Amino acid sequence: MSVVAAPDRDGEAHDRAALALTWATPRGLRGWLSTANHKAVATRYVVSAFVFFALAGVLALIMRLQLAWPESRLIGPDLYNQIFTVHGSTMMFLFAVPVMEAMGIYLVPLMIGTRNVAFPRMNAFGYWTYLIGGGLLWIAFLLNVGPDTGWFSYVPLAGPAYAAGKRVDIWAQMITFTEIAALVAGVEIVVTTLKFRCPGMSLNRIPLLVWAMLVMALMVIFAMPAIMIASTMLAMDRLVDTHFFNPAEGGDVLLWQHLFWFFGHPEVYIIFVPATGFVSSLITAFARRPIFGYPAMVLALISTGFLGFGLWVHHMFATGLPQLGESFFTAASMMIAIPSGIQVFCWLATLRSGRIVVRAPLLFALGFIALFVLGGLTGVMVAAVPFDLQAHDTYFVVAHFHYVLVGGAVFPLLGAILFWLPKMTGRMPSESLGRWSFAVLFVGFNLTFFPMHRLGLAGMPRRVYTYLAQTGWAGGNLLASAGAGVMAVGVLLFAANIAWTPGRGTPAGADPWGADTLEWSVPSPPPAYNFVYLPVVESRTPLWTTPTPAVVTGLRTDVPEVLVTDAIDATPDHRHVLDGPSMWPLLTALASGIGVIVAIFTPWGVTLGAVLLLITLTGWFWPRGVPVSDTARERA
Amino acid sequence: MRRATLDVSALPSLVFGARAPIWWGVVGLLLIEGTALALVAAAYLYLRLNFEAWPPPGTPPPRLGAATADLVVLLASVLPMALVDRAARREARRPAWLALLVVIALGAVSLALRIPEFHALGCRWDSHAYGSVVWTTLGMHTAHVLTSTVENVLLAALLLAGPLERKHYVDVHVNALYWYFVAGTWTLVYALVFLGARWL
Repeated sequence: MSVVAAPDRDGEAHDRAALALTWATPRGLRGWLSTANHKAVATRYVVSAFVFFALAGVLALIMRLQLAWPESRLIGPDLYNQIFTVHGSTMMFLFAVPVMEAMGIYLVPLMIGTRNVAFPRMNAFGYWTYLIGGGLLWIAFLLNVGPDTGWFSYVPLAGPAYAAGKRVDIWAQMITFTEIAALVAGVEIVVTTLKFRCPGMSLNRIPLLVWAMLVMALMVIFAMPAIMIASTMLAMDRLVDTHFFNPAEGGDVLLWQHLFWFFGHPEVYIIFVPATGFVSSLITAFARRPIFGYPAMVLALISTGFLGFGLWVHHMFATGLPQLGESFFTAASMMIAIPSGIQVFCWLATLRSGRIVVRAPLLFALGFIALFVLGGLTGVMVAAVPFDLQAHDTYFVVAHFHYVLVGGAVFPLLGAILFWLPKMTGRMPSESLGRWSFAVLFVGFNLTFFPMHRLGLAGMPRRVYTYLAQTGWAGGNLLASAGAGVMAVGVLLFAANIAWTPGRGTPAGADPWGADTLEWSVPSPPPAYNFVYLPVVESRTPLWTTPTPAVVTGLRTDVPEVLVTDAIDATPDHRHVLDGPSMWPLLTALASGIGVIVAIFTPWGVTLGAVLLLITLTGWFWPRGVPVSDTARERA
Repeated sequence: MRRATLDVSALPSLVFGARAPIWWGVVGLLLIEGTALALVAAAYLYLRLNFEAWPPPGTPPPRLGAATADLVVLLASVLPMALVDRAARREARRPAWLALLVVIALGAVSLALRIPEFHALGCRWDSHAYGSVVWTTLGMHTAHVLTSTVENVLLAALLLAGPLERKHYVDVHVNALYWYFVAGTWTLVYALVFLGARWL
């Protein structure tokens, strides 16, 4: 590095204008459909995911309305089965995982100091694939062919013998779409994090949120193939008469459960780990100090990532497995409390030793700690086999996983949305609406889900569309239903705040919270190219320690060029030109969409999809126009 | 205003191996594909426990001829692909497509051998769970040989006739990585499907 006159004001204005031109997305519909900018794609992803969240939330309200009174005749069992299946499938596959990855796609490039994700067009392809999958599930549901065998679609119920029609096939193919999208985003986040960090941001300096995203993305890579294999086997059992899950011909229904939960348990951590990253960012910013115990936090994240793969059998304790296996998975399940405990301890220590500034996003993070500890405690309870056998398939489990998933992931996510909304829109959300929405949601959540512990212990099973008055479950159910109404008000308040912000919020400026990470050094909303000059980083909290950092010069501004650095130390390695906007990702997603949807009805859909994909991928890959990578400098 | 700057204009823009982002992208893809294959293998072994005899009575163990020939062909194809890889790193256009044509020819032979291989299984996918899992495993690997060969054809066409840019040599280079994976995993699929029916 050399100390020279930095680009003067004229030079900087010139570079800014050149970058704006180079990184611009074409105007109009075509530009909208072809953009490959990480912020545009991620924003769409987040908005779509929240639309699915709202839709699945409406289904939850319908269920709570049905269960508010015993022997209710509001909806029948068939529709109820579809509703809880579509609720769970939407929340897990169309909301929770996509929204976490989308936040990563938005934030990671900004937090590590680069201009876009590693493979911008693949990123756009992933989004379109996800959208087709979500559309498939919901259109089918509205046409009364929504899946009805639960979000984990257990065989034999979901097999050809007991689930006639196309409902389960819709579910299986929705899985195909969403898993492709999840895997694409996973690889994006891993490669972007490892290769595109700005100079100086060695692995021990990356923000904890980026660590969390990296661990989550690696978990996606190893977990998602299991559900793809499982759902493909299920689709084949149903469509071409294979016998994977058919005991009469040597198949095995437990094979489904093993494959499903080998994905399904890591899935919980895929959702939860990014949420812990949000909490770390929020607590750092509002405690006004670097996180306490950074190395311990990183190790906790990584060990959670590994342990998350050793727990899947605890979902199967009631299936009569060998006792030795049960003991092993009990121990593993309890072990995961250790890294979680370390994280909670470090957050509390950070808060205790910081100068706390209470803002609405921080309230969501604090609410998370309370709710997650409760969900974690019931988790340790159900990890014990004798207790699990009693609580299995009851509302106790429903209460447990809603505390973990809503308390442990949705609360931090909502806090994160409020926290980064000024960055995304350039405007501040309303603080009072933020606080009110937190308070109403927190009360509503506990009112809804705390009584479910009691209902479960009193024997109320999951997935029943009604119950008799003599069971004594009416009081708890009415309370839970009332709580659901309160939660809905909280969600509406939150949504109103989001809707109000872009038009009426006060201008935010670059760094409204006085936070520490690189995304706060660029204007709000960030320009398409993120940074005029990529920064050079010297600490974990760059904005607090080096307000005027050294900058990278010498990247081309006439083509979308970025700096690639070493995976460990982030020393500059080479210059790399990224792909710009293109229609091919959308066309390729449509091609695979046609193939997969036709395959619901005939195996020839696979052939059709393959041919269409060959055409679109060739179009995508085949170069056209002027080569940009052969610079005059290199030819010389 | 004086501010420290880090001038990167002298850095290269064409790199190979773990320095290149696309190399990491392909490694990510291989981890996904490898995990999927490992899970299918796990399903094969899991289903084995449900049977007294493997393959089940009435189904002969798969004949080895075509699959063994395929093993020789795919392992042999690694050598010309290594030459393609080396040529790409040297940005040598002609040697790259010449060797790639040899790989494509071997890939075509492997694909042709798939027909007798499926016949050699001696059962249908809907005969029993054994049939389901061997057809799926073999089918999955066949799909990989097919997609990888299509990719080889596209890259060969680009090297031969296309508007080639320097960055495409990195694509040719990482494509070799994918082919090694496809050829290498055949040893596992061969052992599982063709030898496993005799030894397990």
